[in-house]
Amino acid sequence: MERNSRKRTRPLSPNIQIYRPQLTSVLSIANRLTGVILSMCAVLLVVWLVAASSGPDAHSWFQAAIKSWPGQVLLLGVTFSFFLHLCGGIRHLVWDTVRGFELRQIYSSGWLVVAASLVLTLASWLASLIVAGAN
Amino acid sequence: MDRYRFRSPLGRATGLGPARTGFEHWWTARVTAVALIPLTVWFTASLIAHSGSEYEAFIGWLSTPVVAVLMILLLVMLFWHTALGLQVIIEDYIHSGVKTWALLATRFLCFALAISGIVAMLRIYLGFGVST
Repeated sequence: MERNSRKRTRPLSPNIQIYRPQLTSVLSIANRLTGVILSMCAVLLVVWLVAASSGPDAHSWFQAAIKSWPGQVLLLGVTFSFFLHLCGGIRHLVWDTVRGFELRQIYSSGWLVVAASLVLTLASWLASLIVAGAN
Repeated sequence: MDRYRFRSPLGRATGLGPARTGFEHWWTARVTAVALIPLTVWFTASLIAHSGSEYEAFIGWLSTPVVAVLMILLLVMLFWHTALGLQVIIEDYIHSGVKTWALLATRFLCFALAISGIVAMLRIYLGFGVST
């Protein structure tokens, strides 16, 4: 799709290059994206359980991988994805009870999801560091 | 909340209306989601509580009956919810003949992974082949 930089060709219908991102659309695709990310995490969960059931050697290999800095970055991303999908999912469940469809409520619940996800991610990581320090 | 409040009378009478299995899919997705809220919160909290703990302590915790049951419930609900969610995504983006194979592969994979996780949990619970 070539586009003259001077004169913009008119789109036939709104598409993702034109439509301004809004909280509604961004959170919607974020819920789908985090869902896919968590699906891949589900695979990791099984790998980790199989490693744990295979004995301390396999398990410590896995633990070392997670404790490496790319592993920690991955874990942080996964934690945030989990809380975003959890809070977004609860927002969906509330909608399923036919509540919260006023535009103001849509936006306030949307920002609440973002804020809660950030807070929960930070809180869980903080808690984990404190517990690990005590252990 | 039963399914009959959501189906049309004709749909109920003939067994399946134009939505076919669509409602069941939507409803099961919600049921698994609701079940996953306490299960995942419990699992996350447990992982945090075991941060930095040794292998023996961790396996000991995993081997308790309550934890074993909750973990297996988590695995079942998680892979059921995952299969349903991925199905919707595949149906949205793939329209060629690949779609059928993608749907089958996803469903089989989720089932196989769930079973693998359950078997691993049973091995831990029953203490087979786990050397401490």
